[in-house]
Amino acid sequence: MRDIIIQIIYFAASILFILGLKRMSSPKTATSGIQWAGIGMLLAIVVTFLYPDLHNFGLILLAITIGTVVAWIAAKKVAMTEMPEMIALYNGMGGGAAAAIAAVELFKLSSGSVETMTLTTFVLAIIGGLIGAVSFSGSVLAFFKLRDWLKNIYFPMQQIINLSVLAAAILFGIMFFFWHSPVVCILFFAASLAYGVLMTMSIGGADMPVVIALYNAFTGLAVACEGFVMNNVAMIIAGTIVGSSGTLLTLLMAKAMNRSITNVIFTKFGGGGNGAAVEGTTKSMEIDDAAVMLNFVSKVIFIPGYGMAVAQAQQKVWELASLLLDKGVDVKFAIHPVAGRMPGHMNVLLAEAGVPYDYIADMEEINNDFASTDIVIVLGANDVVNPAARTDKTSPIYGMPILNADQAKQIFVIKRGKGKGYAGIENLLFFNDKCRMVYGDAKQVMAKMIQTLKEQE
Amino acid sequence: MTIDGFTAIYLFTLAAFTGYEVISRVPVILHTPLMSGSNFIHGLVLAGAIIALGHATTTTEIIIGFVSVLLATGNAVGGYVVTVRMLEMFKSKSNEGDNHA
Repeated sequence: MRDIIIQIIYFAASILFILGLKRMSSPKTATSGIQWAGIGMLLAIVVTFLYPDLHNFGLILLAITIGTVVAWIAAKKVAMTEMPEMIALYNGMGGGAAAAIAAVELFKLSSGSVETMTLTTFVLAIIGGLIGAVSFSGSVLAFFKLRDWLKNIYFPMQQIINLSVLAAAILFGIMFFFWHSPVVCILFFAASLAYGVLMTMSIGGADMPVVIALYNAFTGLAVACEGFVMNNVAMIIAGTIVGSSGTLLTLLMAKAMNRSITNVIFTKFGGGGNGAAVEGTTKSMEIDDAAVMLNFVSKVIFIPGYGMAVAQAQQKVWELASLLLDKGVDVKFAIHPVAGRMPGHMNVLLAEAGVPYDYIADMEEINNDFASTDIVIVLGANDVVNPAARTDKTSPIYGMPILNADQAKQIFVIKRGKGKGYAGIENLLFFNDKCRMVYGDAKQVMAKMIQTLKEQE
Repeated sequence: MTIDGFTAIYLFTLAAFTGYEVISRVPVILHTPLMSGSNFIHGLVLAGAIIALGHATTTTEIIIGFVSVLLATGNAVGGYVVTVRMLEMFKSKSNEGDNHA
């Protein structure tokens, strides 16, 4: 009877997950989508307590309480600009949980409390443990890197060492099947965790969104594997759906950057190849002068990038855009698929500031409009507007589709300093004759421009 | 109910196609909330974590099981709150309407 109730609720939860995800695919129904999925989750978790022979209820409830309070507060407090690293972190926790489930089940073999495991169960426990552990340590490292607490690290023979560690993890996993020693099990997880760190260490620059999407898919797969081990259908379905949708999202991201997944993981981005040296100089302009020029335009395109996120400038950007709209200027926001550090990162920030959809355009929609644009304002974006991607075959970003900012009549680049972009290469756009550098924090520059424009009215 | 290998392969394949189809027509603007939302869904790992801790007997198993429940709860709760926060911004935006159109 219990089993029937559990299975019925799990079935309902799986349907709610699928419908919820479906509803999340349209802006109008998205909020109800996450609520449906939330109801599914709540039902599935509550009914799990009906599983036969459960013990340690006190500990279970204690862990859930602590986890809920900490995660709730952290999730409420986090600023919208810090969303990517927060998603990476929560995703890593899921991977860690899946790996820990594998560890509990595998340790039962070595303590003798479980005599045997079928080959399928064992293999899936090992695969889920490996992928979950990689996703855990990899996501945590991605969190550190997005916080700028860590830089990319390269060392000699990196790929060979990385692959050796991965091979060692697989070998320990196979070894454990024949010899149920706790030491081998610990070595297996240690090697898996180490591989996650090593794999993420060398990935940087504009590749970060792809990696976060990839680890999301990894955690999904790990959860599906452990679902089989725990004989839990809902986990298999939920994990697999995330695994496949996450893979699709990863492929879309990689495609937008004109890079393959293997390229992202095994080739260093920036740092190594530097592209051709650039001759010429950049020209800077004062904020006031730039603002004055905005009085004489009929079409402006904003290109936001990670700099806008760092400066928390999205509100001010929309304020300036609104001011221009009131003057009858045609204003658009051009979003590169990998602007920021996560797919749709800029869309979330602009949504936060209250920019209506109609003013936001994808790269494909808007790329032909630049030639007829009076002024392009690049806000802390760099690599996604670098014409070197079109012309310089030695550049590490060669072949990546870019926004055609260089075709506009005038370009303003708002930037904190003279540093290079996240990919670590010179930006040819900055040396363009039509380009003026406006140095300063994006939020302050916007505020000053708004002030200047208002004073002139 | 026990799942055998073949049933698992059916489940896995059909769920994989479902996930792919459901996501394939998502607009770029929803990519981040969507990733966050699917991130929440694999928070169901909490169900497995509860069972693992509930069946744990030795101290080692209990400690790892406890960590598992803790991490899984973080995934589910954090993933949910973050997704709702992001989606709420989209909602308020469509209500405000186009005051500049």
